[in-house]
Amino acid sequence: MPAYTRTAIVLHWLIALLICVALPMGLAMQELALSPLKLKLYAWHKWLGVTVFLLAVLRVLWRATHAAPPEPETMPPWQRTAARLAHGALYALLLLIPLSGWLMSSAKGFQTVYLGVLPLPDLLAKDEALGKLLALVHEQLNHVLLALVIVHVAAAVKHHRVDRDDVLVRMLPWLKH
Amino acid sequence: MTQPIARRSRAPTPALLAFCLFAALPAQAVEYAVLKPEASKISFVSRQMGVPVEGGFKRFGAQLSFDPAKPATSRTWIEIDLTSVDAGSREANEEVMGRNWFDTRPFPTARFESTALKALGGNRFEARGRLTVKGRVKEISAPFTFTESAGKGLFVGAFTFKRLEFGIGAGPWGDTDTVADEVQVKFQITAAPR
Ligand code: HEM
Ligand code: HEM
Repeated sequence: MPAYTRTAIVLHWLIALLICVALPMGLAMQELALSPLKLKLYAWHKWLGVTVFLLAVLRVLWRATHAAPPEPETMPPWQRTAARLAHGALYALLLLIPLSGWLMSSAKGFQTVYLGVLPLPDLLAKDEALGKLLALVHEQLNHVLLALVIVHVAAAVKHHRVDRDDVLVRMLPWLKH
Repeated sequence: MTQPIARRSRAPTPALLAFCLFAALPAQAVEYAVLKPEASKISFVSRQMGVPVEGGFKRFGAQLSFDPAKPATSRTWIEIDLTSVDAGSREANEEVMGRNWFDTRPFPTARFESTALKALGGNRFEARGRLTVKGRVKEISAPFTFTESAGKGLFVGAFTFKRLEFGIGAGPWGDTDTVADEVQVKFQITAAPR
């Protein structure tokens, strides 16, 4: 049975897990009044996001050198195209969302210091209007990600339960039919 | 707490007046005394979750008498309008003026009054003095450099103080893992001769 490499699988689930924390955290933290907890959540959110970016870079490099298993014969061509486009968009978002967050932080005048020890350079100078714009970009990209992930999960479940092919199992080998 | 300092600003002592007269006599002894606010800046750097965040004050006043040739006779006070704080965002400004931080209603200003000034060699000096914030007074010392150009004097220096010693950032903000206790104050003061 064609399969994903162990590395591809680990990276997929690790990133999925981190997104499941970083995304709700991003939504929740902005609602809070200014408090030490809010500052902590912002910092942790950024550290998580930078971690996602680093893992995503690794993952894209790995993917470029390790082909994904071909889609099942039974999949209609439009679905293959849709799946490829969706996966490409997911990869792009995994890079663009952290990048927009980092640039937004710089524009808002708050440097990103990874894990509280490694300062990332500020590519942008402080600029309130630009900061607001980038916050909007960050937010909208996240909305796209959320929508895509919902479709992505629905498709995975459909492959498993309706089509009964090996698409989910090859990404989740611990799962038996 | 701040009365004795205020008294000095209103009524210069005879000694100070005498000094000013004397300082005006020899042509080479220039006494820098008039603050140029548009060419002066007071800012601070706090550390939030390891991130240095810079803020500043838009309004402050100063009374100076500094003669680089006779630093020991110099006297300075600086008063900062704490309600002119820029802490990075509107939300942060409101928070910082509130009770847990500067508590600007009863304590609208912070003051520094020098008690001693000494030359460290070259263009380097050190000012010692009393810092009064939120009704508390602490001794601090601030090294600075002094340069003259285009008939004006430029004082550039910095010092670090512990915010909790002044009760700045009380309550939940006492957690120094989130906002560090040490805050650096940077100043750049331009003064013209009297
Ligand atoms: C894949 C990683 C990331 C995800 C999934 C993510 C997700 C989110 C979400 C959903 C929000 C709320 C948006 C809104 O509703 O307005 C948000 C806000 C925010 N994110 Fe991220 N983010 C990520 C990476 C980053 C990075 C790397 C940084 C900075 C280095 C960052 C900085 C911020 C900031 C500062 C906000 C608050 C914006 C505001 O207060 O207006 N994020 N994030
Ligand atoms: C934030 C969450 C997620 C992201 C960003 C994400 C991203 C991706 C990407 C980019 C691929 C393409 C891999 C490749 O061919 O190179 C992929 C494949 C896959 N993902 Fe996700 N994923 C997420 C969550 C999930 C979840 C929760 C499930 C399961 C319910 C899942 C199931 C799958 C499956 C089964 C594949 C393999 C598709 C195939 O073999 O053609 N993913 N995922």
